Amino acid sequence: MTLARSADSRLVGNRVLLTLLIAAVASSVLLPFASLSPNRLSSGQPMMLWQALPEWQLTALALIGLALLAATLARPLPRRTSLWLSLIATLSLLGLDFFALGEYAHRALVDASPAARVSQGATFWILLFVSALIAIDALQRLRLGLVKRALFGAAVLAVIGACFSGDLLSPLSIMREFANQKANFVDQLIRHLMLVAGALIPALAIGLPLGLLVNRRDGLRNGLFSMLNVFQTLPSIAVFGLLIAPLSALGRAVPWLGDLGVSGIGVAPAIIALVLYSLLPIVRNTYSGLAGVSAGTLEAARGMGMTPRQILWQVEIPLALPVILSGLRIVTVQAIGLVVVAALIGAGGFGAFIFQGLGQYAIDLVLLGAIPTIVLAVIADFALQILVTLSRPPGTR
Amino acid sequence: MSGTTQGLGRLRAASAGNGVLGVLIVLLVGLTLGMGQLEPLFRALFPDLGNPLYSRDSFLNLMLAHIGLVLMSSLISVTIGVAAGLFVTRPVGREFEPMVSSLAAIGQTFPPAAVLAIAVPLAGFGFAPTIIALSLYGLLPVIQNTIAGLGTVPHTTLEAARGNGMSRWQILRRVELPLAMRVIIAGIRVSVIINIGTATIGSTVGAKSLGTPLIAGLVGNNLAYVIQGALLVGLLAIVTDLLFERLERRYSFGS
Repeated sequence: MTLARSADSRLVGNRVLLTLLIAAVASSVLLPFASLSPNRLSSGQPMMLWQALPEWQLTALALIGLALLAATLARPLPRRTSLWLSLIATLSLLGLDFFALGEYAHRALVDASPAARVSQGATFWILLFVSALIAIDALQRLRLGLVKRALFGAAVLAVIGACFSGDLLSPLSIMREFANQKANFVDQLIRHLMLVAGALIPALAIGLPLGLLVNRRDGLRNGLFSMLNVFQTLPSIAVFGLLIAPLSALGRAVPWLGDLGVSGIGVAPAIIALVLYSLLPIVRNTYSGLAGVSAGTLEAARGMGMTPRQILWQVEIPLALPVILSGLRIVTVQAIGLVVVAALIGAGGFGAFIFQGLGQYAIDLVLLGAIPTIVLAVIADFALQILVTLSRPPGTR
Repeated sequence: MSGTTQGLGRLRAASAGNGVLGVLIVLLVGLTLGMGQLEPLFRALFPDLGNPLYSRDSFLNLMLAHIGLVLMSSLISVTIGVAAGLFVTRPVGREFEPMVSSLAAIGQTFPPAAVLAIAVPLAGFGFAPTIIALSLYGLLPVIQNTIAGLGTVPHTTLEAARGNGMSRWQILRRVELPLAMRVIIAGIRVSVIINIGTATIGSTVGAKSLGTPLIAGLVGNNLAYVIQGALLVGLLAIVTDLLFERLERRYSFGS
């Protein structure tokens, strides 16, 4: 009773939203929204939000801010209405953020030299980030089902897709960099994915049986885990580097291996290192997934007259699957990140753009490598998270 | 009886671990100070190289720069991370807990190398973007483990502490933090180990570290430089990890 009354008398109902709103307003006032530079490599002149946006967009932005402010208050709106309002407002904020940037770039470049470039500024990123956080918070508080959450996700993708579909964003510096590199970009994307797959398939082929083995033979476990653990702590670039000399010697000494592409630089050391890095999470999760199957369950299966093989395939593996898939989730995300570093030894992938860009002081090229890598990692993480959820027995999701 | 043998076995394993750690530390210090003595070895291994020993900077300087980068960023991560973890587990900040937890989880899916690259447009080249990227990235495991560690303290224990008339501050300092310490240290361990690796790549954005000879070797096709840098940074990571393992063990009560 007291609790209910104290909740009623509060002015602010959602302090998380209020904090995010304050951060967004502060960044809009203090940090530039975009920058205009004379050419690709020089740093730009900062453009604040009110300098870059026309009046109607500023008004729209203010309205979105007011809607969000209303959603933070405990009254008069009911709690769920406030949360839905914040979801809709944040979707509009996302769309406006992209639209305003693209539209500004079009206007700013009309009578500028062809070499001039418009780049996104800190406020653009912070508004994007704040939108994402508001949406995450609201979705968590609303406790929506999988279908409604997926629908909201689709709406977000639709807004972003609409912004990228026309040539709204094409005058932006990073998109011009993308246009220059389009064929190369697709190549590197494929290469990045191939390296990840090329590492994960052997890692699974080795790691799953190994996990089963250490589940059956306790004696092997500690030694194997501490060995793989030590490997996990080694910096990836050091491992890539240390593999170069032995592999190039091997490629020279055994000509048919050399013909297969085994050499110090490139794909071979990258794949070997990635497999080794992926083993620990796969083995560990396979082991603990299998170890998590209760003795009573196994007893019951045996009592039903199941053979050990049947117990493994029909009882243990299905029950261990969520944990095994969580291991796969960890190594997939990890491998996507490690492939970036493998670009330093000539394996290709998005890291190639990053390090090429760093070498040329071309920030947009760096971002052209870094942003897709992050997006790729987040998508992989999300997709495998869904898979983990689906692999759980119904009723425990 | 069997308990004693088991205890002895564990003791023997621990002293063997001490031996390994000792050897690795001697190797780390020896190689850092005396890599120059190995020049004939590298010359024999790589006869084609004109200059088989990295000499643009001393390995001691590179090692100290690397440790400095990691130490400074870890200090920032731990301070902010533990403070944030404490804030969201107190009644005042509990509302922020789901958001902070999911932020820490999502943030850790970002590849460290990509975070480092993104810090460049924000902070330019050199020391600053590396420190920013390392501190930000290192923050996440610390926050996550602080929240998790404080969450493992049983309600009955807190109840008992309150019943004993302890103030909130006393409960935090004398009950919650000691019980959560092992998990918090495990988070710091993850954060420091990742940062040792990312600091190596930091040399591509212009921060001096053990990655400097490594990257110079990769770019200039000098395998000897690569090995010298990789060996030292690998040893540094393993030694640090083993030291943390020891520290963690000191805080494991009863288990």
